[in-house]
Amino acid sequence: MLEGLMIGITTALSFQNILMVIGGCLIGTFIGMLPGLGPMSIIAIMIPVAIGIGDPSAALILLAGVYYGAIFGGSTSSILINAPGVASTVATSFDGYPLARQGKAGKALTVAAISSFTGGSIGAVLLLIFAPALAQVALLFHSAEYFALMVVGLSAIAAFAGSGNVAKALMMTILGLIMATVGEGALFNLPRFTMGIMDLQSGFSFITLAMAMFALPEAIYLVMDPNRSKTENGGEIKELRITREEAKAIAPVVGRQSIQGFLIGVLPGAGATIASFLGYAVERNIASKEDQEQFGKGSVKGLAAPEAANNAACTGSFVPLLTLGIPGSGTTAILLGALIALNVSPGPRLMIDQPSIFWAVIMSMFIGNLILLILNLPLIPYIAKILAVPRTFLIPFILFFTLMGAYIGQNNATELLLLVGLGVAATILRFADYPLAPLLIGFILGAMLEDNFGRAMQLYGGIDFILARPMTMGLLVLAAILVILPSYRARRTRAKREGVADGD
Amino acid sequence: MALDRWIALIFLAICLAYGYAAFFTIDAGLPPFMQRNPVLPSTFPKALAVLGVLTSLVILLGLEKNEVVIKEGDIDYRNLGQYKIGQAAILLGLMVAYALLLRPAGFLLSTVGFLAIGSFLLGEKRWVAVMVTAVIAAGSIWYLVQEVLGIFLRPLPFFLG
Repeated sequence: MLEGLMIGITTALSFQNILMVIGGCLIGTFIGMLPGLGPMSIIAIMIPVAIGIGDPSAALILLAGVYYGAIFGGSTSSILINAPGVASTVATSFDGYPLARQGKAGKALTVAAISSFTGGSIGAVLLLIFAPALAQVALLFHSAEYFALMVVGLSAIAAFAGSGNVAKALMMTILGLIMATVGEGALFNLPRFTMGIMDLQSGFSFITLAMAMFALPEAIYLVMDPNRSKTENGGEIKELRITREEAKAIAPVVGRQSIQGFLIGVLPGAGATIASFLGYAVERNIASKEDQEQFGKGSVKGLAAPEAANNAACTGSFVPLLTLGIPGSGTTAILLGALIALNVSPGPRLMIDQPSIFWAVIMSMFIGNLILLILNLPLIPYIAKILAVPRTFLIPFILFFTLMGAYIGQNNATELLLLVGLGVAATILRFADYPLAPLLIGFILGAMLEDNFGRAMQLYGGIDFILARPMTMGLLVLAAILVILPSYRARRTRAKREGVADGD
Repeated sequence: MALDRWIALIFLAICLAYGYAAFFTIDAGLPPFMQRNPVLPSTFPKALAVLGVLTSLVILLGLEKNEVVIKEGDIDYRNLGQYKIGQAAILLGLMVAYALLLRPAGFLLSTVGFLAIGSFLLGEKRWVAVMVTAVIAAGSIWYLVQEVLGIFLRPLPFFLG
């Protein structure tokens, strides 16, 4: 391994490859900030460039840099204008945007940068140590367990997203799942629930839905209530630095979430999105009572958790790619395509046949993370200035970016009408205190959930898989407890308050 | 009946329609050899429809007690008159107009129009600044999307190409 490390360091530190890392990170960060262009599309765009380089390690290093940069850039638009451009940064906006509204945008961006850096670096260390061993663990998870794992994730979100209103959050989750079934599924080439509308054949687009659920209602709120756009100190950026207490508070969160995020990232199919949501839910659940109150209102812990987790998971998702040749996510699938085009076949033999590629990629992850940090910390005051733009300019631009995001993804003007319609519906839902995040999460996980469910059903010839696999059963029981417990607890405290003897 | 229960009622109706489609119409189009599969296109939607009906009933019947609390900084929907709802509606209309005009009028014209009219509607008076930012923004975004990323965006009105 030491020998491999040396090969990696020498390859990654060559002038050309350092240039690749810097270029990739820069491109990824700036394009990732535009809502609507996620890492998947940016990497797809960069593939011809990467193949043109010809050297597989340099190409992979460039693409990995773009990947990190995009994840990082996506968190910027989540924090500043509540417009998550990437599924894995949706959880970042839960606490990042409230912080920005309190005039602490600089601090929020700093926390995000540091958490991402730590998550990515810890992930890279873990990758270095555990890559071969973890590949074995990932093989133990079958589709039945993936299905159960996603049910746990959704229940955790439903249980913690609403303000103690589990039924509302559950309803939104189910609505998201229902919307995910519209269009053609992967298992059956049959259009479902399209109501005969051609544009729904390929289903709702994630970007359109994300814009309609978060950015558009927020913009409508800003228009309706002019006082709202005034941040508490007139848009001035204060508190760029994080205090010693805050650093102490987020350190264990970042540590835990880096490890957890990495482990989730290793599982094929789970990836950064699930890691970030699960990280948020877990941290919220284990936080003390006072801290729990702060979640969703601008808690630095709530911001650090998903940021550390999603970066660690990105690193983790390279494990199945490099060791098994199985892409765990859409992004790594595109990377796999690029590798094959460069005449490299990832798999168990990669470490033996072409060690320089394997180790150089891992080493470039450290360099990439460091460069992202160096690049972003000095820029934060300028990026945060976006919020000081007067509302008469800012609001039309936010609306325009939501439109562009939806349009670039689909190249279809009908998508824009859909965006406005869904945005109005989302605003009404928000009036009535329905949480919107579970809807989007249900939508993102819906397709994966159904695919794994269908696969498990086919393997076991029916619903028996739940009984046949103890791990699946255990996870599903956990999911049920997660949903029932909060409403049971609420009922009990209410019963106590009303002076009714609490007979269990 | 409060707004959240009306929404639950609408959701119940959606679930019933969705469930009807799942239980009765989808599988009819399947080829015979697929109809014996353990999992059908309708299997998962059926489960969702049932769960959806149950949760909407929980809210509709008020089984889980809750009050819509208007938090500070939130909008009180019971008193919409005190907000600038007209302005919001006009801006949404502007978005619809943008969607319809994007193809025929071209990206540059519709974008500059959208950004400028949006700013004026919100009460901006410095029209020179507005026009300059709108033109620069539209131009640079078009350059980024079309030239750098290679996604086609028709820049000019249809009669100019």
